[in-house]
Amino acid sequence: MLKAQRAIFSAAFRTNLQYRVAALAGIGTQLFWGFIRVMIFEAFYRSTSTPQPISYPQVVTYVWLSQATLLLLPMRANPEIQAMIRSGTVAYELLRPVDLYALWYSRSLASRTAPVLLRAAPIFLVAGLFLGLQAPPSLASAAAWALSIVAAMLLSAAFTTLVTISLLWTVSGEGMSHLLIALSSILSGIIVPLPFFPDWTQAILNFLPFRGLMDIPFRLYVGYVSPSEVFSLVAHQLAWTLVLVFLGRWLLGRATRRLVVQGG
Amino acid sequence: MPDSGRCEVLGRVPWRERVANARDIGVVFGQRTQLWWDLPVIESFELLRDVYRVPQADYARMRDELVPLLDLHPLLDVPVRQLSLGQRMRCDLVAALLHAPTLLYLDEPTIGLDAVSKLAVRDFILRLNRERGVTIILTTHDMDDIEMLCSRVMVINQGRILADGTLEGLRARVTRERWLIVDLLQPVEEVSDPDATVIRKDGRRVCLRFDPELISPAELIHRVTTKYATRDLFVQNPPIEEIIARLYEDMRC
Repeated sequence: MLKAQRAIFSAAFRTNLQYRVAALAGIGTQLFWGFIRVMIFEAFYRSTSTPQPISYPQVVTYVWLSQATLLLLPMRANPEIQAMIRSGTVAYELLRPVDLYALWYSRSLASRTAPVLLRAAPIFLVAGLFLGLQAPPSLASAAAWALSIVAAMLLSAAFTTLVTISLLWTVSGEGMSHLLIALSSILSGIIVPLPFFPDWTQAILNFLPFRGLMDIPFRLYVGYVSPSEVFSLVAHQLAWTLVLVFLGRWLLGRATRRLVVQGG
Repeated sequence: MPDSGRCEVLGRVPWRERVANARDIGVVFGQRTQLWWDLPVIESFELLRDVYRVPQADYARMRDELVPLLDLHPLLDVPVRQLSLGQRMRCDLVAALLHAPTLLYLDEPTIGLDAVSKLAVRDFILRLNRERGVTIILTTHDMDDIEMLCSRVMVINQGRILADGTLEGLRARVTRERWLIVDLLQPVEEVSDPDATVIRKDGRRVCLRFDPELISPAELIHRVTTKYATRDLFVQNPPIEEIIARLYEDMRC
């Protein structure tokens, strides 16, 4: 079973690596946006006298981390499967002698991670050398970040797969994508880092799955939370991953029973 | 969507045992490709090998047998998006066979193909059936496909089977008529015969429809050639398009 998923993952990964010019353009855009966001926070910290929940250098690092791993946000459905659903080629996916959910999860994982891996390193390099991205305070923090970013990838792929499955009902997926962009970008902390949110929202933010995509790895990286908390935080990420996987499987089971491929 | 009924493929109910069924069947949709759009053809083949878990030795044997049959060698390293439709279809056919299915579904496999590819694909389908014993289920609107390939024909209209049998049986059921096509030496104002009807006349070529039970072809030919100066003639069955169209018409009444 796993061999098939690995093959699909690696093919989808290589497909995504083909878009190198897109990656280059993306790196430029993400550096530019990061620069603007850092300037806003600099202005904010200079003009305030009240103590803030998170230090200025930590915020700058938080911002650059979010720019580097931005594409990990499940902003839209898996584009390959979306195209297949629109054209009807999705029928071929049902012809594979493998579990359909696992097949789509592998595709989603590849399409979420390949572009991030392609873009993260150059952004880390430039931001680390010139733009205020700091190294983690300790080796333990770095290890905790690495562990939680892997969990974030698994969570993001589960989100993507779920949204992709919803296309079997809606076909276009525009509405779902807009909703998901809004929710995930605000609630994961890439617009305003989550420590700045009012106290009464913290319990809600802590419960929701979205912080597992960005905020949890970033807090571990900058040392805002101690590396010893990594296990409970990763458990939060993995628990939500499981919930989304079960939900996706259930929806897919219902969808395949009513699927009609039109125009053959 | 079906309202009722039963469906079995190789003894399995396909929607209950989707995975087991998928392992034994191959499918080609003429309008869609199962190859990876951005990757070279050979990588799609290797991917399918892994997805269907075909042992490397079996895969290599199958690939080396199929690739020369459809002359795919020069295409293997080309990304799928750069292939022409005919090239892509040939690659898709091989892709559907790498896991050695016993049953192959072809949905409009020759649609939009150039003449050379069309003939190559037809020849390949025939050999697949004769030499390897693969059962092939073909859906097509191409009447030449039917004439050349099918030993059993089913005509379906709005989910109902209108006919099921050999092509000859189908012909006999719809009509006994034959066509006599005559090329005249001189243009003639009007061609007529008491036992045949003129259905087409362009220039010196005249097409007559007759029922061989009422008048034997030999007699009709004798009568026509003595009455008109004839350069050439031949007798043929009505084309299969005609038969199918008439079948649909009959069912509507």
